[in-house]
Amino acid sequence: MRSFTYARAGSAADAVGRAGATGMAFVAGGTNLLDLMKADVLRPEGLVDISRLPLDRIEETADGGLRLGALARNADTAYDDRVQTRYPMLSMAILAGASAQLRNMATNGGNLLQRTRCYYFYDTATPCNKREPGSGCGAIGGVNRIHAILGASDRCIAVHPSDLCVALAALDAVVQVTGPEGERSIPFAEFHRLPGDRPEIDTTLQPGDLVTSIDLPAKGFAEHSTYLKIRDRASYAFALVSVAAGLEMDGGTVREARLALGGVAHKPWRDPEAEAALVGKPATPDSFRAAARVLLRDAKGHEHNSFKIDLAERAIVRALTDAAERKGAPRP
Amino acid sequence: MAQLNASLRPAPAPPPEPIPVTLNVNGVERTLHLAPWTTLLDALRLHLDLTGTKKGCDHGQCGACTVLVDGRRINACLTLAAMQDGRKVTTIEGLTTGDSLHPLQEAFIEHDAFQCGYCTPGQICSAAGLIAEGKATTDDEIRELMSGNLCRCGAYPNIVAAIRQAMAIAGPKAEGAP
Ligand SMILES: Cc1cc2nc3c(=O)[nH]c(=O)nc-3n(C[C@H](O)[C@H](O)[C@H](O)COP(=O)(O)OP(=O)(O)OC[C@H]3O[C@@H](n4cnc5c(N)ncnc54)[C@H](O)[C@@H]3O)c2cc1C
Ligand code: SF4
Ligand code: FES
Ligand code: FES
Repeated sequence: MRSFTYARAGSAADAVGRAGATGMAFVAGGTNLLDLMKADVLRPEGLVDISRLPLDRIEETADGGLRLGALARNADTAYDDRVQTRYPMLSMAILAGASAQLRNMATNGGNLLQRTRCYYFYDTATPCNKREPGSGCGAIGGVNRIHAILGASDRCIAVHPSDLCVALAALDAVVQVTGPEGERSIPFAEFHRLPGDRPEIDTTLQPGDLVTSIDLPAKGFAEHSTYLKIRDRASYAFALVSVAAGLEMDGGTVREARLALGGVAHKPWRDPEAEAALVGKPATPDSFRAAARVLLRDAKGHEHNSFKIDLAERAIVRALTDAAERKGAPRP
Repeated sequence: MAQLNASLRPAPAPPPEPIPVTLNVNGVERTLHLAPWTTLLDALRLHLDLTGTKKGCDHGQCGACTVLVDGRRINACLTLAAMQDGRKVTTIEGLTTGDSLHPLQEAFIEHDAFQCGYCTPGQICSAAGLIAEGKATTDDEIRELMSGNLCRCGAYPNIVAAIRQAMAIAGPKAEGAP
């Protein structure tokens, strides 16, 4: 790693103040930042350690939801009783990611801000518009098996690697932020962005912004939900395609549906039209497939990743089937 | 050939002052003065001569560097020593009591749960963390919750058997138990 300074933040305000200076970065669990610093992809001049700020609690909110502290560890979030019983898809998503050791270190806030696993982003010998704006995209015309099929641009076809975020998107979570301009709430759908012509920017956070918590609304789809992750090996690998699904059922009919996909785009992918296509329909593979086709209507593959289009369709059908059959419901 | 003359590069900033870091390592308080970029793994291996903890990938991918911090298993390669200031670190060297091995160490020997042994300290520390977490009851759950520890020699079946023994779970019951 290159040389850098280290300071521990005494409070959230102190953290925001320190991170305002150029070249400073927050470190929480360190599992993504230090990895990228060792690879020389990120080169901060100083780290502001926020890991001991008292933002690690999981608390009830006034509207019946749950507030997940930004510094709560992924493992503590996944194994929290309230998360497991009220938001089982979230618990499943976290436990499908990384390893037990990494989940003990990784924080919820850091998970939101982890960078893509695109091979070229990690390899400083190759062009990458995300790492070095204007240098070109190694993956377009290169090796692109893990890349995006939705929402990509001609500058970048990277995907967001998080599992946790896919469930947060499906649950309509809200990200609470404090920054140089004060506090604000960002609906999850507006937190991550598509690459467009600025692929170096992953989120709508501004410099110095600190994520303080992630709020879950009361509705957790606990009865009919699941998280399905498809990857190259059974464990400890990033998703090729993943699906967070939540349904509200009236007998055998879908009353409300939530569907978010991971591994397919620069952000967790939701499509209101696909969700609307499920409402009022019987919970059958045919109606699930029809909704999947709506969601994938504009999907576009590259040389090595076109298989993801079929894979995503089948994964959606399987996840919705599992959700309808209560496969992901909490154990009694 | 492009200019590789070092004098053309900007002068590097002077190295920051070493940071005092106090760790309780295997029951002994140790204070070190470390450059900020010293990982916990390098602090253990290079500054405290505790070379039982291994460096495999240095990127969080193999688990060879697994240690327990305040009783929880983590990858020592992806955290800075300074971030762990004041905490209790347990490494493979700290699992024995006097001359007697930890039950996991006994079980690994009994089940021949290694070949080259490079991954073993990490496997054992990870298994100690797994047992403390108490989330695994079946062989499948052991496999899943040990997936952060790779074994290049492929000793996995024996590793699972050793952990199962240390957990005091009878083999046939654990296999496929609810
Ligand atoms: C081998 C390996 C496998 C993995 N597999 C998976 C997987 O399958 N699925 C998955 O989802 N993830 C996976 N991960 C990624 C892991 O989940 C992330 O690295 C982790 O969640 C990041 O959290 P952290 O607290 O360690 O963040 P850090 O590394 O500390 O920080 C990451 C970024 O977030 C910023 N940041 C951190 N906290 C805040 C905050 N509160 N406010 C503002 N900015 C903040 C930091 O400045 C930094 O830019 C894997 C990682 C590794 C190393
Ligand atoms: S896909 Fe994006 S991250 Fe990957 S090389 Fe292209 S610009 Fe970089
Ligand atoms: S050396 Fe830390 S995980 Fe490989
Ligand atoms: S025993 Fe050789 S790597 Fe596991």
